[in-house]
Amino acid sequence: MPERYYKSLRDLPKEEYLASGHRLCAGCAAGTIIRHLLKVAGPNTIVVTATGCLEVATTPYPLTAWRVPWIHVAFENAASVASGVEAAIKALQRKGLIDPSKRINIIAIGGDGGTYDIGFQALSGMLERGHKVMYLLYDNEAYMNTGIQRSGGTPQFAWTTTTPAGRVWKGKHQPKKPISDIVAAHRIPYVATANPAYVLDMVNKFRRALEVEGPSFVHVIQPCPTGWRFDPSKSIEIAKLATETGMWINWELDHGEFRVTVPVPKRKHVKHYIRAQGRFRHLTDEDIEKIQEYINKEVERINKLVGKEVIGPLAE
Amino acid sequence: MMPEVRWRRLPLNANYAVAHAVKDSDVDVVAAYPITPQTTVVEKISEFIANGELDAEMIHVESEHSALSACVGASAAGARVFTATAAQGLELMHEILHIASGLRLPIVMTIATRALSAPISIWCDYSDVMNARDASWVTMFVSSAQEAYDSVIQAFKIAEHPDVLLPVMVAYDGFIMSHTYEPVLVAEDPAPIREFIPKRRDRIVLDPEKPVTMGPIAMPEWYYEIKYQQVEAMKNAYRVVKETIDEFAKRFGRRYPVVETYRLEDAEIGILTYGAIYGTLREAIDIMRSKGMKVGAIKLRLWRPFPYEEVLQAIKHLKLLIVADRAISYGARIAGPVALEIMSLLLYESERPEVMSVVIGIGQRTVTEEDFEQIAKLGAKWLEEKRIPRETIYWGVRGVTYA
Ligand SMILES: Cc1ncc(C[n+]2csc(CCOP(=O)(O)OP(=O)(O)O)c2C)c(N)n1
Ligand code: SF4
Ligand SMILES: [Mg+2]
Repeated sequence: MPERYYKSLRDLPKEEYLASGHRLCAGCAAGTIIRHLLKVAGPNTIVVTATGCLEVATTPYPLTAWRVPWIHVAFENAASVASGVEAAIKALQRKGLIDPSKRINIIAIGGDGGTYDIGFQALSGMLERGHKVMYLLYDNEAYMNTGIQRSGGTPQFAWTTTTPAGRVWKGKHQPKKPISDIVAAHRIPYVATANPAYVLDMVNKFRRALEVEGPSFVHVIQPCPTGWRFDPSKSIEIAKLATETGMWINWELDHGEFRVTVPVPKRKHVKHYIRAQGRFRHLTDEDIEKIQEYINKEVERINKLVGKEVIGPLAE
Repeated sequence: MMPEVRWRRLPLNANYAVAHAVKDSDVDVVAAYPITPQTTVVEKISEFIANGELDAEMIHVESEHSALSACVGASAAGARVFTATAAQGLELMHEILHIASGLRLPIVMTIATRALSAPISIWCDYSDVMNARDASWVTMFVSSAQEAYDSVIQAFKIAEHPDVLLPVMVAYDGFIMSHTYEPVLVAEDPAPIREFIPKRRDRIVLDPEKPVTMGPIAMPEWYYEIKYQQVEAMKNAYRVVKETIDEFAKRFGRRYPVVETYRLEDAEIGILTYGAIYGTLREAIDIMRSKGMKVGAIKLRLWRPFPYEEVLQAIKHLKLLIVADRAISYGARIAGPVALEIMSLLLYESERPEVMSVVIGIGQRTVTEEDFEQIAKLGAKWLEEKRIPRETIYWGVRGVTYA
């Protein structure tokens, strides 16, 4: 079982460190994710955010939604900036220039573009150097801030503005890059995937990620009504379907120990997830079967890793 | 009375002199990536940290983009930070150069100047640092290893001044200075240096006790005002640089004016340059003077903010000013960046010298006293014939001659 710091949502602090009134779209799950992250992290926290929807929507000068110290520098360097913040805190504490007894959480946040693609080198460098930074990837599966362009995290067949569905193309050609596996290959203390529809699982992972010594990485699926084309009231429903269909598996790798933290005894067909979103509207039943096959293989691989059937067979 | 500072005389190149200055300045965080001819700066600082002579965090970043990004993060968190680079490294940092100044972070960086690719060249010219002109960094060009040591110390004082809060770049010739040894006086004990640049705790930093948001998005109704503050900070820097030079001279006895002159008072022709070749130029002036030519030299030490008062003061009596640049603004009629700057100054002056723009030393094409003499003679001839060229002269290119 994963570490259970919180047994129910009532165990979470009441304080809010992400103020309401930010400019994220209605139904944007990024707000849900960050709000919970900051509840877990608390006030002794410094956040670095890469350029993207979250950054733009939360800091329209002279307003800000952040009640913890926060910095945005550029699109591709959140991990490098966070490395610098961490090194500074270390040096200043050692030299007695700031309170050495205070434990300060350092969190870097990047979108899929800022993590899979342009910020990948900086991320890898930070992980290799072993900075004690928690990196949060909020994955809405495209460059949303610039108007829904493809990223390395966009799933196969998804429509984006740079992978349109036409007579020749069926959306994006390639499947998602296995970013968390690649991060895990850096052998850092803690890597996890999470889903805001399973909040308790998610917040426990956040807490664990902040607690381990050394770098940690939490990859969270973030439904985006604007880019995925669904009704803003359905974000959490869609997020839940992602896990119920096996499109998104919640796991963690804690000091080399791998666990699936949200087992799915009976799996739903991927069509329930796919058909709920406009970005897959152009797909035929045959195309969806191709996605199903891909997911079946992925589920098989995960079950093999765990050594038992944590993600069950297709039931509906 | 301040106690007297004791100095140790060491044979150092400019890179090592910089490393000593970083140590004596008690820097907290260094993030840098190796590139010829800067590399030995980072190596030497690593040695100091490895031996416990400097208590700092060294971030072995995976690129220059990350080097400056990490410096931004560390500086934003309140640390005194340093980095160094050259050429391709400075280009890779370029995006973050503007962000470091826009966030008003007092980062100090040294550049061992180097020509830009392509073709790849590891040798010296100033095209790298000139490309960073508009990034809102206070920028100094220095001419000796001693000046490099002293300037890095001054750079922290200038950068961290509450009226400035801008990053500072100290540039010197790659190889010509980065790899040649000179005797340099370094502080026997760093205490007086550290007293000269005390760690200030008065700027806004990322502090959980006082949460701030840095680097927000500014809409058209605010962006301009924020950038205008940088304009004012640069104006303040002009004053603070000079105050710092005075304070440094008073405390440590070495003075580096923003514009230095040599045998210029009664000269008719002045030659202006920057960096190491100012030494060559001075030799050339002595040679020419011995032959009866009325020539003098001017060294530009401060590039941004541009010391227009001192430059004007120095050159206004001349008949001809020759500006020897080591970078090219391709496609410009006046392609030497400093020449162009000075010509724009002179537009408002009724009494003004003729100006001749010369590009020299590109990709470390050798520049000798002889070159300066020939350039001065050509200038004198053209002045006499009233035909100073209206466009830049490219001196020393195979097959390109002027008469
Ligand atoms: C160097 C650079 N290239 C491109 C951009 C333009 N840009 C800003 S945000 C963004 C996409 C962000 O995508 P992602 O990281 O997925 O975050 P999201 O907006 O989806 O939350 C792009 C392409 C930039 N700011 N900087
Ligand atoms: S475009 Fe998507 S990710 Fe961006 S704010 Fe809107 S819902 Fe959120
Ligand atoms: Mg995205």
